Amino acid sequence: MSKKSFRQAINEALRQEMQRDPRVILMGEDIAGGQGGSAGIVDAWGGVLGVTKGLYTEFGPERVFDTPISEASYIGAAVGAAATGLRPVAELMFVDFVGSCLDQIMNQAAKFRYMFGGKARTPLVIRAMYGAGFNAAAQHSQALYPLFTHIPGLKVVVPSSPYEAKGLLIEAIRDDDPVIFLENKVMYDDEEEVPDEPYSIPFGEANLTREGDDVTIVAFGRMVNFANEAADRLEKDGISCTVIDPRTTSPLDSATILECVEDTGRLVIVDESSPRCNMATDVAALVAEQAFDALKAPIRQVVPPHTPVPFATVLEKLYLPDAARIESAVRSVMAYKKTKQDA
Amino acid sequence: MQIAHDILLRSYRSMRTIRDFEERLHVEFATGDIPGFVHLYCGEEASAVGVCAHLSNTDTIASTHRGHGHCIAKGVGVDGMMAEIYGRKTGVCHGKGGSMHIADLSLGMLGANGIVGGGPPLICGAALSHKVLKDGGVAVAFYGDGASNEGTTLESLNLAMVWQLPAVFVCEDNGYGEATGASYACAGTQKARAAGFGMPYFDCDGTDFFAVHEAAGQAIAHARAGHGPVMLHVHLARWYGHFEGDAMTYRANGEAARERAEHDCLQNFRKHVTETSLLDLSALDDIDTSVKDEIEAAVKAAKNAPLPEPADLQADVYVSY
Repeated sequence: MSKKSFRQAINEALRQEMQRDPRVILMGEDIAGGQGGSAGIVDAWGGVLGVTKGLYTEFGPERVFDTPISEASYIGAAVGAAATGLRPVAELMFVDFVGSCLDQIMNQAAKFRYMFGGKARTPLVIRAMYGAGFNAAAQHSQALYPLFTHIPGLKVVVPSSPYEAKGLLIEAIRDDDPVIFLENKVMYDDEEEVPDEPYSIPFGEANLTREGDDVTIVAFGRMVNFANEAADRLEKDGISCTVIDPRTTSPLDSATILECVEDTGRLVIVDESSPRCNMATDVAALVAEQAFDALKAPIRQVVPPHTPVPFATVLEKLYLPDAARIESAVRSVMAYKKTKQDA
Repeated sequence: MQIAHDILLRSYRSMRTIRDFEERLHVEFATGDIPGFVHLYCGEEASAVGVCAHLSNTDTIASTHRGHGHCIAKGVGVDGMMAEIYGRKTGVCHGKGGSMHIADLSLGMLGANGIVGGGPPLICGAALSHKVLKDGGVAVAFYGDGASNEGTTLESLNLAMVWQLPAVFVCEDNGYGEATGASYACAGTQKARAAGFGMPYFDCDGTDFFAVHEAAGQAIAHARAGHGPVMLHVHLARWYGHFEGDAMTYRANGEAARERAEHDCLQNFRKHVTETSLLDLSALDDIDTSVKDEIEAAVKAAKNAPLPEPADLQADVYVSY
């Protein structure tokens, strides 16, 4: 066990799975970098933010494939390779680029098993960066996990810390279904204790990062950290919160969410994806339908406005949910009093 | 190239099976018993069969929405196919896929595909599997002249060259993408497109089994030997519309009938083997009779087969969830 960054945790998961299983291959744009460059150096980048650095050097050109900037062809190739015996991990760089290759994910990978009568397996992982907070603006900052969650046949992972990232990525690589693994680009330098040995974290099992009696906070990805921060501040004022990190949006651990809401009677959902048809609306609908009687206050969603992600720091800061907004939402549900006569 | 006797007979049988399968679907579809869309391969049989004659189960193909011929040529059974097209539980995909999604990965058949240009990227991946796993296989993408204009196809030609994949891109050029002529929709030529990527190019008359077999043999040998991908441009014509029910108002009167009368790959085959004394016509007549019975039995079985059950609706979305 030692302190590792989010970036190192992902790199270690890839390395250990590649050592364990020769069918695991990597492909993506500049995941080594430098091929054909005048410097004659391969592994010049190791991914645009250095996440795959060293893997080409260790595993060579038969396991690590730099691609042209050609998402439709190589994401499709990853799907075809997965259906014919390999276990590819394809890096889509920024998840926003899915616009160039959605067919290969949505109509091919996600559909094969069902459409072919259960006879296909597509053990594929697509890694991509998501999230605002990097001044990367509208085409490099989206949190598109609801888009993938919407598509049956895909599993969707949104890790919230280095420990989570390593265990969930190993699980993703060993899973026999296509998995979308989304990494918040602002978190790559976050550090925590991460075991050196390989371990896996099962999908569809939420993690409770805080346990309390008053309010349940469901948060996704990086938002879990903000939710924890808010919960710690509120604790000092005597408001105790449960914070749920669902880890995967598909499958979603509905049971844990419902149990916690039954206990606390109050729910705040924190989601950095665009607010229409996102995970916040999904969880709110789940609870409204299945735990209505437990609710002591309306469900509150802490989400961005329905706009593209802006560039300017001042606007981007306004756009993203943060600990202060979560804290305020929690206080508002605590303060809620039913005004109508209780029937 | 001298073709072995058994391969000739098998190829003729395969072409005849495709023809009868499709002609029967044409009739059955008109009765209203077959749900959804059906795209027939009549007139194009020599392409699928001439290419697949060089392939084994180790090799992979990806097909198109007009996929019945590729399935049969790759060895998928007509009983399972017919039942699938009728939406029956006994279908090759248990009635979950239908005409446009027939697949059998155990035979290296990566699926018909409802998305135009869906196959070429998948075939890059299948070819990568063959290369990494060193199993000696090649991967073949069948795609139409319509799909030749998809970015996915053009990107795949590039990727296959960059990675030097054992991939074969078979452009089945029947002159129409849906209701639009290739002369309108395809700029330049397929040959020049291949050349633009530095890719070897072969072409052939797709209504002549022997021409396809010869050209495909060279193309596939190139890819299998590890010399990188190739394009095989097959010139042919479809006898029916884009889909069943298409009145073909975009084709001149008599165009399809003339193709049928003058460029029938089965008649061409019979003529060729007679003139060259390769086969006895009675052997082909026997195949015709046997195939007729086989298709009859497949239709009868499909019509009587059980429908999917309610529990099937939610089965097989995931391996585990």
